Amino acid sequence: MAKRLDIKDLNIYYSDFLAVEGVSMAVEPRAVTAFIGPSGCGKSTVIRSLNRMHEVIPGARIEGSIALDGENLYAREVDPVRVRRQIGMVFQRPNPFPTMSIHANVIAGMKLNNKRMSKKQADEIVERSLRGANLWNEVKDRLNRPGSSLSGGQQQRLCIARAIAVQPDVLLMDEPCSALDPISTLAIEDLIGELKQDYTIVIVTHNMQQAARVSDRTAFFNLAGVGQPGRLIEMDATEKIFSNPTEKATEDYISGRFG
Amino acid sequence: MTDVQTPVDIEASLAGRKLTHGKLPRYTPMAVFVGSLVLVGGLLAVLGSFSIPLTVFLGVLLHAVVLLVVTRMVEGGRAAKDRLATTLMYSAFGLALIPLISLMWTVLQNGLKRFDLYFLTYTMRGVFGGMDAGGAYHAIIGTLEITLFATLISVPIGLLTAVYLVEYGPTRLGKAITFFVDVMTGIPSIVAGLFAYALFVLFFGPGVRMGVVGSVALSVLMIPVVVRATEEMLKLVPNELREAAYALGVPKWLTIVKVVLRTAAAGIVTGVMLAIARIIGETAPLLLTVGVVNSANFDLFDGRMMTLPVYVYRQYSQGFAPNGITTINYDRAWAAALTLILIVMLLFAVARLVSRFFAPKTGRR
Ligand SMILES: Nc1ncnc2c1ncn2[C@@H]1O[C@H](COP(=O)(O)OP(=O)(O)O)[C@@H](O)[C@H]1O
Ligand SMILES: [Mg+2]
Repeated sequence: MAKRLDIKDLNIYYSDFLAVEGVSMAVEPRAVTAFIGPSGCGKSTVIRSLNRMHEVIPGARIEGSIALDGENLYAREVDPVRVRRQIGMVFQRPNPFPTMSIHANVIAGMKLNNKRMSKKQADEIVERSLRGANLWNEVKDRLNRPGSSLSGGQQQRLCIARAIAVQPDVLLMDEPCSALDPISTLAIEDLIGELKQDYTIVIVTHNMQQAARVSDRTAFFNLAGVGQPGRLIEMDATEKIFSNPTEKATEDYISGRFG
Repeated sequence: MTDVQTPVDIEASLAGRKLTHGKLPRYTPMAVFVGSLVLVGGLLAVLGSFSIPLTVFLGVLLHAVVLLVVTRMVEGGRAAKDRLATTLMYSAFGLALIPLISLMWTVLQNGLKRFDLYFLTYTMRGVFGGMDAGGAYHAIIGTLEITLFATLISVPIGLLTAVYLVEYGPTRLGKAITFFVDVMTGIPSIVAGLFAYALFVLFFGPGVRMGVVGSVALSVLMIPVVVRATEEMLKLVPNELREAAYALGVPKWLTIVKVVLRTAAAGIVTGVMLAIARIIGETAPLLLTVGVVNSANFDLFDGRMMTLPVYVYRQYSQGFAPNGITTINYDRAWAAALTLILIVMLLFAVARLVSRFFAPKTGRR
């Protein structure tokens, strides 16, 4: 569990459109790495390329390499399905499966893959994952109710439980709190703090305070201009980025002088 | 802000922004409706030309005008337009119901005469002239078997085609398939029958008559309907659900089977039912391919079979019987028509239950 990611010279395309150019960075294990930057600079694009979700979009492709503990994820013989089993993802909008109960949603990763397990095993995984996502106490009496019967914040934690139920090495979160109220946001931030004991976490956020609160390292992305590809401007320890960034653009962005 | 409003201006503009206005009592539309009907009916009766359709027609017209004027005077222009639109919509609804109810009424009235357990469980074997006997058992068997087999052919093909079209993208092949599916939708049913007949002649020689030929003919008509309905349902499944499954390391085919098809299942079931309803009443292709027979034949792969629509056609075309119950053929035709309608209704009731079972669980409690 908890592996590191090394990204080298990553260019990401949507068909002919170069969306992100020349990203190189290391994502440390057992730590939270935050991606910040203005809208459209390619944060989602980068995070989706980390578990090969980018190529799900027709015409989308990348150049460069991403290595998980030294193993190139984009090598020819690598199966993207296996990559996604090791690198989980939580999306901006909570997306529990509407046809499944809370219980079934948590073990969806196994059930959808036809993995056999006993009722007892399944119950154990459900309880462990829901506890891991700080949701157990709220839903333990209604595990058979539909996942969509929960509030937005609970649904998002259900999606986190679903992602950690398959015990990935890395957990990617693309703006997991942007659709949530402050209390749910706080619950998820606490959760991220706990999860980093076991997982490598990458989180995209629009909220600078959130990046400062939860992350150990922060990467700042920016666009050179309209129609230009997004780039990684700088990446450093979070305190350094927020107190004394090297680049002028970073300082402008975090102090709100941007645009 | 360059031009500052004076206090007087504000007060003047506020006067036109009252939150309250006159309100008619809630029973007004109903009262006006009943009043109009009574008035028109009475007037027509006095003039000596009373008739129900004319009363309803003129009554609704009067109702619309009176309600419009009254509402306009008391509640204002917007409320009046609202009332007018409501009247129009109810009228359109009533108009649409007239043929439906009248059809059901006619079929019930004529069909119930001979519709009983005997009719459902006896064939036409050895029945002739105006004999007080004969049923549609053989035709029910034929319709159920042929339709079921047509469904068994069409649903897998239609489902897989729709999955290809939606999940494997708008390739050139996909566009070609969409085009041909559209063309297929327009194939006249008799042509489908000729096609199926010609196809089986290749294997069995001319004059071939089998239930399965009819099933093939019907599936030519059914496949495009299933493709279209399923395609629309699959398109409604949010992409987020596919991505959620991919992100859990679920391969694409399992995602399609267990997430996409599962989420769309309720709609697909309804679509398939509509497709069945579309073909179960087909007559021409069955007359051509399956033929006519008077006794029960359970074997789809051997010999002629009777089907309900063909039975109706056959009975009706025989006209009055020379002796015995002279209207017997017409009575049997109506009873068979009633049977067909009941089968379709039963299918829809089952489909309702099934799709309720499959429907995504929503709602908070
Ligand atoms: N599916 C897509 N097809 C084509 N271009 C896309 C797609 N998704 C995003 N882009 C483009 O890629 C760039 C980066 O987008 P994104 O990664 O979503 O930015 P962010 O998440 O930082 O707001 C934008 O210019 C956007 O228009
Ligand atoms: Mg984004």
